[in-house]
Amino acid sequence: MLTDLLLRFLIGGFVVSLFALIGDLFKPKSFAGLFSAAPSVALATLGLTIAKHGAAYVATEGRSMMVGAVAFFAYSQLVAFLILRYKSNVITVSSGGLVFWLFCAFAFYAIALK
Amino acid sequence: MNISVSLSGLAQTKPLEFALRFVFGGIVTALAGLIATKFGPVIGGMFLAFPSIFPATATLIEKHEAKKKKQEGMQGRYLAKCAAGADAAGAAMGTIGLLAFGMLVWQLSESVAPWIMLTTATIAWLAVALTVWIIRKKL
Repeated sequence: MLTDLLLRFLIGGFVVSLFALIGDLFKPKSFAGLFSAAPSVALATLGLTIAKHGAAYVATEGRSMMVGAVAFFAYSQLVAFLILRYKSNVITVSSGGLVFWLFCAFAFYAIALK
Repeated sequence: MNISVSLSGLAQTKPLEFALRFVFGGIVTALAGLIATKFGPVIGGMFLAFPSIFPATATLIEKHEAKKKKQEGMQGRYLAKCAAGADAAGAAMGTIGLLAFGMLVWQLSESVAPWIMLTTATIAWLAVALTVWIIRKKL
């Protein structure tokens, strides 16, 4: 279990950093932002998950990931709106907005997956 | 505005900031695995689309842009917020690609080899995200 977590931490850290690095290279910022929504966590973990739990388990995760992506869409729209319209504090809005992501994800889960 | 590649963005990022992203990314990935183990793949799968390092990235963009614009004699804080907001708007477009990624993982994982599934899903993410961005720019 601990080895699995450590492996996920290392692979995840590497893949997430790599996509962030790619995002740093591009201009304009709206284009670079595409890489903030890269499937980095999924790419880092799905290979390990297939090996451990099999393809059916991963298929279920993929379906749920769609719900997470819709929540991410709502989150980033809210963050963009608050920053661009009201010039809100970036760290407060983007960190506090994670609660909004959780709310949306579980609301969509209750509607679509439960 | 055309897409351009600039190495100055990399030069602005300090080693500590790279390390911070690595740690955030690693923690979120490990947490996603833990959540799936504890609550199953239905709940765990949602966290594969968690905005893992978005707050850190947006904050760094604001910080770097503010510094850059101030050096150019402009209103640093205002323009820095605009850059962070544009990044968030870009991320919103990227999530449409993320949706396509999840759909392909769902549909292909039981019928093709894992590497084919992951490659196809990643290409689809990029293609969909790019298409949405181009359409949005043309509107």
